[in-house]
Amino acid sequence: MTVVADLALEVRSKNAGPFWVTMEVFARDADAYAVLADPSFLDASVIARLYDVAAEGVQFFRIPSLNVVKISFPRPVVQGSLHDRDIHAGQHHVPLAMLAVPPVD
Amino acid sequence: MATNPDSVRILVPVGMLGAGFPPETVARGLALGADVIAVDGGSTDSGPYYLGAGTAKTARAAVARDMRLLLRAAATAGIPLIVGSCGTSGTDAGVDWVAGITREILAAEGLDLRLARIYSSQQAAELDLDRIRPLPPAGELDRVTLESCANIVGMMGHEPIAEALTAGADVVLAGRATDTAVAAAYPLLKGMPAGPVWHAAKIVECGGQCTTNPRAGGVLATVDATGFTIEPLDPANACTPTSVAAHMLYETVNPFTMREPAGTIEVGEAVYRALDERRVRVEGSRFEPAAQHTIKLEGARITGYETMSFTAIRDPHILGQIDTWAALLRKMISEWVSGTIGLGEGDYTFDIRRYGYDAILGELDPAAGPPREVGVMLLVRAADQETATAVAKVANPLMLHLPTPDMDYLPSLAFATSPAETERGAVYEFVLNHVVEVPSPTSLFRICLEDNR
Repeated sequence: MTVVADLALEVRSKNAGPFWVTMEVFARDADAYAVLADPSFLDASVIARLYDVAAEGVQFFRIPSLNVVKISFPRPVVQGSLHDRDIHAGQHHVPLAMLAVPPVD
Repeated sequence: MATNPDSVRILVPVGMLGAGFPPETVARGLALGADVIAVDGGSTDSGPYYLGAGTAKTARAAVARDMRLLLRAAATAGIPLIVGSCGTSGTDAGVDWVAGITREILAAEGLDLRLARIYSSQQAAELDLDRIRPLPPAGELDRVTLESCANIVGMMGHEPIAEALTAGADVVLAGRATDTAVAAAYPLLKGMPAGPVWHAAKIVECGGQCTTNPRAGGVLATVDATGFTIEPLDPANACTPTSVAAHMLYETVNPFTMREPAGTIEVGEAVYRALDERRVRVEGSRFEPAAQHTIKLEGARITGYETMSFTAIRDPHILGQIDTWAALLRKMISEWVSGTIGLGEGDYTFDIRRYGYDAILGELDPAAGPPREVGVMLLVRAADQETATAVAKVANPLMLHLPTPDMDYLPSLAFATSPAETERGAVYEFVLNHVVEVPSPTSLFRICLEDNR
């Protein structure tokens, strides 16, 4: 099974200030970018499901010049609160990185 | 009046003061003709504790080591040194902390540099609620929330820093400032165009992060009338159009537009072009001045006191039923705390984290399967330290001996430390995500120019 990480040089996540989390997928090449940037594969509803957040709050930036898909959404758990297990949100890329990519026919 | 130069060269030695850099990279920057040294001293990225407590994330000795090298460089070249967000959070205590370190170095090294401190702490009572606006995803602010903050800072733009430089400061130690303002202040003062200045300032704010080897020291940005050129200080390191453009993604919600107190940076149409193998030229950046000047507020308040306990499990039998075991632990802690010290829901809260199993992602975790070993963290929060520790101590025998329901003997689990409990002290949360409309870009900030000559 091919997953997002297999098509990427790097998948990363980080706080964008205390109230937002942002993540980037650096696609391996233009072909991989075409797969990852396709809204029928990856859009706000998919992110909402992976991260249990509201789809309306999810922002997408598809940047072909860098082969990058960038996604930002309000941090679902307040930074530093009792239930925040990732202060920098630096490990929250994993559900996205392990998302299965549909086979190309 | 002096005429403006054709270009201004900004030397950024490192992304955060105290993180360290090779001394030769700063020497190289001076040799390339640096006009100003700018460095960021803080961030909110490590959480609300540093603002709430007003203490620094960085070690004093590490900040002193970096400052010594930078003060020597500034004195040697006769150029200003600007430090932003002093002491991590940029509170007045943080500015005083870096100022104390700086004065010791100036005296010890016999350096003749004039110091300015810019304070950015705010008093809740002096802030006008009617002028405060929420930023998404925050809601409207009420006075109770505002006044609950242990510390509030306003995030200055370039204007107070420029004012301190104009007044004669050689070294500016600023409280909370936007990362970009620190690098933008001097080139703006020298008449460089706002679009390239702000874009360059954003690119250099994390030092070598915009290069192909972020661990090899900082960068030099040269701003002129039509754009800017960026290169690493280490001759063996490189900036490429991709490494530079990709830095706009880092820790930003939106990689194309960014709000500053005085307006908005627009880089959607910027063009990144390689000049050679290690230098990049950027043109086409814009800055749109805002109709209303706004200052972002940051505030943190105490939410309670925490005590942490940490045990670990290696027994495959328990690990095979880790969910059942953890649910039982949760239930037993509540029962024992109620039975022994009479505390109930509302008196305390706690979190049980299974490190090695699902502690980081919880229900979002895409992987499953029995773990080989699990660290179990119990984090108790209460209104005071004594209560939090009492709950953790009641939980201690459970963290040591709790069996799964099908075991007819008491296992002994692996505490990581003695004592098992660690008091974490006060814990904080960020409560402000708001801006305040101000009559002037300097009105919330106090500039103190020292006469130490």
